[in-house]
Amino acid sequence: MSKRIDVKDLNVYYSKFLAVEGVNINIDAKSVTAFIGPSGCGKSTFLRTLNRMHEVIPGARVEGEVLLDGDNLYGPGVDPVTVRAQIGMVFQRPNPFPTMSIRDNVLAGVKLNNTKISKGEADVLVERSLQGANLWNEVKDRLGKPGSGLSGGQQQRLCIARAIAVEPQVILMDEPCSALDPISTLAIEDLINDLKDQYTVVIVTHNMQQAARVSDKTAFFNIAGTGKPGKLIEFGDTPTIFSNPTEKATEDYVSGRFG
Amino acid sequence: MAAAMEQGTDAFVPYIKICRAPAAVTSAAETRIPSKPKDREVTTTSLTKSRGAGHAGDKVFSAATLAAGCLILVVLFGVALFLVIQAVPALVAPPDKIQGGEGFFTYIWPLVIGTLIASVIALVIATPIAIGVALFISHFAPRKLASGLGYVIDLLAAIPSVVYGAWGVAFLAKEISPSYNWLANNMGWLPIFQGPASATGKTILTAGIVLAVMVLPIITSLTREIFLQTPKLHEEAALALGATRWEMIRMTVLPFGRPGIISAVMLGLGRALGETMAVALVLSSGVLTASLIQTGNQTIAAEIALNFPEASGLKVSTLIAAGLVLFVITLGVNMIARGIITRHKEFSGAN
Ligand SMILES: Nc1ncnc2c1ncn2[C@@H]1O[C@H](COP(=O)(O)OP(=O)(O)OP(=O)(O)O)[C@@H](O)[C@H]1O
Ligand SMILES: [Mg+2]
Repeated sequence: MSKRIDVKDLNVYYSKFLAVEGVNINIDAKSVTAFIGPSGCGKSTFLRTLNRMHEVIPGARVEGEVLLDGDNLYGPGVDPVTVRAQIGMVFQRPNPFPTMSIRDNVLAGVKLNNTKISKGEADVLVERSLQGANLWNEVKDRLGKPGSGLSGGQQQRLCIARAIAVEPQVILMDEPCSALDPISTLAIEDLINDLKDQYTVVIVTHNMQQAARVSDKTAFFNIAGTGKPGKLIEFGDTPTIFSNPTEKATEDYVSGRFG
Repeated sequence: MAAAMEQGTDAFVPYIKICRAPAAVTSAAETRIPSKPKDREVTTTSLTKSRGAGHAGDKVFSAATLAAGCLILVVLFGVALFLVIQAVPALVAPPDKIQGGEGFFTYIWPLVIGTLIASVIALVIATPIAIGVALFISHFAPRKLASGLGYVIDLLAAIPSVVYGAWGVAFLAKEISPSYNWLANNMGWLPIFQGPASATGKTILTAGIVLAVMVLPIITSLTREIFLQTPKLHEEAALALGATRWEMIRMTVLPFGRPGIISAVMLGLGRALGETMAVALVLSSGVLTASLIQTGNQTIAAEIALNFPEASGLKVSTLIAAGLVLFVITLGVNMIARGIITRHKEFSGAN
């Protein structure tokens, strides 16, 4: 239930602006990969090309290939809706649906594909997903209450529950902890560690310690200057990237001597 | 890797020092204060005194808003009082003196029903079209087409109602009467389409259609604004779960816009209930009938407009009492709308 991702010569555009250039990367199944790099280097942009969310922005487009277990996501006839159902995403700011209850939030994605899910099945799925997101004990008594009534950290875990409820092949996370306190952050990092057993996880983070704690591999992105495209500078095992990187820029960045 | 972590902490040391620096400055200032008692006085009094200009502005502004709020209440109360005082003679008069000779209630209730029929027809036709057009503009049309369309819709709202009325009577009524015949022949078993259909087409259904065209731009432009305000964050959440565009709209845009849609429809209903000229021109009025395609029915506003010029004495009171009834209907409709909106506040997305 988890697939690998191989990216070949990917260029990412916003209309005419080339935001990310020439990315080649191979992400293993059932691993955690962290994207790090300075602000504006295109981490979010690149991440969003992995589930075809990039093209939601008017004028945004992509050149190159993204292979999910060998199938090109950008091949002819591929439906972006199907792609997104298989590759889940958690955003920087928690975004549970405010008009839905906690329970309906968890079921939101499931109900899209399987409208005739029975109440019993749904109950099981809600409990399993919320357990998986480490949220069950906190919300089990108020599943009918709106999701927006939870704390920020709880909302983010609700979003993770919503993402894993559809049992995706891959989970993408864009700075999932940046709006959270250290305790919620640790809860989510633990969760990422658990998710690795079942899913391929890709996470963008500005927190170097977090990248070191949760990821198996790390990709460092950088940008030569404003208006220039971002590039993948180095990709390797996390311990290597942090202690013995090949590139000077990577070393400067991970040691805080950047800029 | 441990080495890297240490390197990382080393690099942060200068940063922490910089952060400390302002604190040092403050403590220096604090130690200076006792030697300068004047400074200290200024600091303590500043809690009770306030900056003059800013505070005055605050007061002026709150007074102005209070005055505006009171003014609206006074005007509203004044109108209501005027209506009640002027209407009392009609309400207490002996039944045989009222038009129709059977009392005010018998006179007014067909008009109330007629008003509601015309307004409901207008909303039933206009609401789905308006929401569809608004969604098309906000979420489907290419950007250039969307802004052009939005502009045209806003223009429609600026056309005076007498023009709509003229269009309704000179064009629509004539063109539509054949289809009334068809309705009477094929669906005549339904009481609302019972024949014989009006030959001129000047029926309550035509009036309702004209009203629908008139309220369409109001509902469309309001709902379009609401739909555009749906947070991108939530739309993307739905798309990222694998929702199609329509599913995304059903999951986020429509629930988020629900209170706004209700308000927009109520505003449209307000206009339809009170619309005078268009109905007066289009409808050839008569007694209350269930059939929408026969001559007959009348609305309160059109009744007042048509009879007021020649009215005198008790007749004026009767018409004003009719106006009072319309006022109460509108008030009731708005209160129901508010009730619906607040009942769902918890899930409104505003929190
Ligand atoms: N919607 C957009 N339209 C046009 N350009 C955009 C858009 N979003 C991002 N960009 C540009 O693309 C580049 C990469 O942005 P991106 O958001 O991917 O950076 P990032 O690495 O995620 O930064 P951060 O760490 O601050 O989140 C930037 O130059 C940015 O200005
Ligand atoms: Mg980003």
